[in-house]
Amino acid sequence: MKTIPVATTINGDETEFLCHADESLLDVLRDRLGLTGAKEGCGTGDCGACSVMMNGRLVCSCLVLGVETEGAEIETIEGMAKGDTLHPLQRVFLEEAALQCGICTPGILVAAKALLEKNPDPTDTEVRYWLAGNLCRCTGYDKIIKAVQTAAAEMRGA
Amino acid sequence: MAFDAQPTRKFNVVGTRVTRPDGVDKVTGKAAYGADISAPGMLHGRILRSPHAHARIVSIDTSEAEKLAGVKAVVTGADLAMPEDADFADVAINCLARDKALYDGHAVAAVAATSKAIAKQAIRLIKVEYDPLPHVTDVDAAMKPDAPVVQEGRALENVPAGMSQNVTTYCKFGHGDLDAGFAKADKIIERSFKTAATHQGYIEPQACMASLGNDGRGEVWCCTQGQYMVRANCAAALGVEESQLRITASEIGGGFGGKTSTFIEPVALALSRKSGKPVKIVMTRDEVLKATGPTISSSMDIKIGMTKDGRITAARGELRYSGGAYPNFTVEMGAQAAFAAYDLEAVETIGWNAMTNRPKEIPYRAPGAPTAIYAVESVVDELCQELGLDPLDVRLMNAADKGTLSSYGPTFNDIGLVATLEAAKAHPHYTAPLSENQGRGLSCGFWFNFGGNTCVSLNINDDGTVGVVEGNPDIGGSRASISMMAAEELGVPYDKVRTVIADTSSLGFNDITDGSRVTFAVGLATIEAARAAIKEMCRRVAKIWDIDEDAVIWEDGCAKPAGPNAGTHPPMTLAEIAAIAGNTGGPIAGHHEVNADGAGVSFGVHLCDTEVDPETGAVKILRYTVFQDAGKAVHPDYVEGQMQGGAVQGIGWALNEEYIYGEDGRLQNAAFLDYRIPVASDLPPIETVILEIPNPGHPYGVRGVGETPIVPPLAAIANAVSRAANVRLTELPMSPPRVLKAITG
Repeated sequence: MKTIPVATTINGDETEFLCHADESLLDVLRDRLGLTGAKEGCGTGDCGACSVMMNGRLVCSCLVLGVETEGAEIETIEGMAKGDTLHPLQRVFLEEAALQCGICTPGILVAAKALLEKNPDPTDTEVRYWLAGNLCRCTGYDKIIKAVQTAAAEMRGA
Repeated sequence: MAFDAQPTRKFNVVGTRVTRPDGVDKVTGKAAYGADISAPGMLHGRILRSPHAHARIVSIDTSEAEKLAGVKAVVTGADLAMPEDADFADVAINCLARDKALYDGHAVAAVAATSKAIAKQAIRLIKVEYDPLPHVTDVDAAMKPDAPVVQEGRALENVPAGMSQNVTTYCKFGHGDLDAGFAKADKIIERSFKTAATHQGYIEPQACMASLGNDGRGEVWCCTQGQYMVRANCAAALGVEESQLRITASEIGGGFGGKTSTFIEPVALALSRKSGKPVKIVMTRDEVLKATGPTISSSMDIKIGMTKDGRITAARGELRYSGGAYPNFTVEMGAQAAFAAYDLEAVETIGWNAMTNRPKEIPYRAPGAPTAIYAVESVVDELCQELGLDPLDVRLMNAADKGTLSSYGPTFNDIGLVATLEAAKAHPHYTAPLSENQGRGLSCGFWFNFGGNTCVSLNINDDGTVGVVEGNPDIGGSRASISMMAAEELGVPYDKVRTVIADTSSLGFNDITDGSRVTFAVGLATIEAARAAIKEMCRRVAKIWDIDEDAVIWEDGCAKPAGPNAGTHPPMTLAEIAAIAGNTGGPIAGHHEVNADGAGVSFGVHLCDTEVDPETGAVKILRYTVFQDAGKAVHPDYVEGQMQGGAVQGIGWALNEEYIYGEDGRLQNAAFLDYRIPVASDLPPIETVILEIPNPGHPYGVRGVGETPIVPPLAAIANAVSRAANVRLTELPMSPPRVLKAITG
């Protein structure tokens, strides 16, 4: 099978890659571009560990084909911190111990950031439903929900 | 090792909520897990699995797969050694089947190819001729004398003759006169229970990269709870010496016991040996659910007698567990744990294990205990309902305490059960009002905890910082706790200490990360290693000051003269001592090797409110509070995290999660869509109350906390649902159809 050239923007950088027609965006990110922050927990869109933003929309990168990203803007966990300054969500997750093993953390951070961009002042229930597509097996979600709310308050300047 | 006789000790670092050392990497995507590394020239491995629940493997023809362009190696069970030791042999046979496929998903062959796509294509070209055999997946069916036999000749000697050959284990624990005890009871309830197998459900599938040359030297990178265990299993399965294999544990994306065995590493090594190239294998979720460890499935009978004022007079349990297609001993832990929360005059627990055509059981957080205690605590709750007694008062009246002869033999030392029950009773949750269709349940939980083989090296660096080298994968923040204990003991700030996890060639043997042992045992060894380094630093300073070694003490991170007789030397800091170590005898380090005992058993109590929808049978968790004796909580955030995470895994087990087998013996729900673990919107906040009853077996009083929290939820929720629905539920999971059926009859 021949590869297809694709031109995208990833975390603000123009990026070109070659991939097969049946290759997922997740495989492109991980295997071809060395961006291993997005994780494959299921490959079927059930766990959210591979969450990235595509043209401003939260997607499971295991359900997007690499070739579909022609001309798209992709944001991954690797683009979330600005230089050595962590995004407030990243910092608060550390401060409030909202991770244990950390495998779901990149996906949850990407998803939580997407939520707060749409809804800067969500209720706990809204956070819980928004993150219902991101499985975490370690924490029971409690500290994750609290950390998202702490970061949200900080980002609102509250 | 004894608890330090310092009851008023003031901790400076231990007990604070510092930031974990691996944190930044984990929130920025940099942390390297099992699947995250690659090597030049690397091949991709893929495993072919049996579609049959039970089948003789007549032949395997790999020739077409080998001819496919890009395929560099194909292996079958014949490419692995057959270890003499039965446990190692079971692991090897589970990695690649020999004469029989024992369950749906059992690995039968594997390929290594230049791309994932070619590897996937190649396994379809392998022709396996199967002779399907009758199968059995239910534990009660497997115990019948005429059941299909999963493996022959595997029963232990104490299993009575005449039983099915599937029955491999028999055990019995207890004391006292049961007949006399039941005769004293005002009320006796006997009930039978069943629980489905559940999976650990770690989000990171097993993954490894392995390289093995024809000189017998190999390297493995993998996500595991124990790199030394991987080394032993691989050495046995490949027929190579342990010293020639170096295993490096990656960051681990959850384990919960499920990564305490090996499934793919020996296969990757065999493929690498054959192809001459590094081989990476990453399991799919389907493979994880079909072929890696679920927990046991169970069938249990519990009989308890109680006086009308709430005293338990006698208790008996019979547990039938299935640990899948291999002999299994998890039932022994279940039988020991079943009645551990109670001070009983007469108690007996009998356990059986029966093989079924299911994947090999792998430990899941407090293995064996949650199901047994679910059954016991359900009957205790029903007795309380029948006799009109307060369920917390009844637990308090019968609670095990210091000096209690436990139901499994040992006499308890300092334990926190009574204090934990009292904390639950005093908590506002216990008296909060409930509405229609709502119910409150509670349950005690217990876990043994473990110490085990542990090595730690602690290096005093020349700039006055400290390096700790330990050998246990950090599964939930243990590097932070270990660094905290080193900093505490040395009297240096937390951020001066860096703890790393060694590969198998860099540190002596360590038991796996299991048994809630790491913060306890590695912590203990770290404190002892720090004390050894302190002793050496004091000796160096004594030389400098030209006084006796005994005249130098360590305080606040400095060597100081012990008293006026030792002279008036200004204190020397750790950094000052380290800077001139080369002039005083060379590098300074401390180390400690121990097979730690004194882990100290752990108790917890969970309170849960549920609402049952009478039209659908759906259960909503309204409120949940966890009370647990943690001993000294080294990092309270991560102690709470264990309590919350364990509780939610238990909620999944109680309400949703189950292995569903069809009549054909095949697993019907091998995906996260159908094997549904709890999501954020299913849950309320999980409140936590930590009690700190010092463990006498640890210098700071630490006890393991990780496993106990998964034990109480099953019964706490079953009791809450049974009270809300006015009908006793006796089967897990309490999925909506099952609850609805119980309500409507």
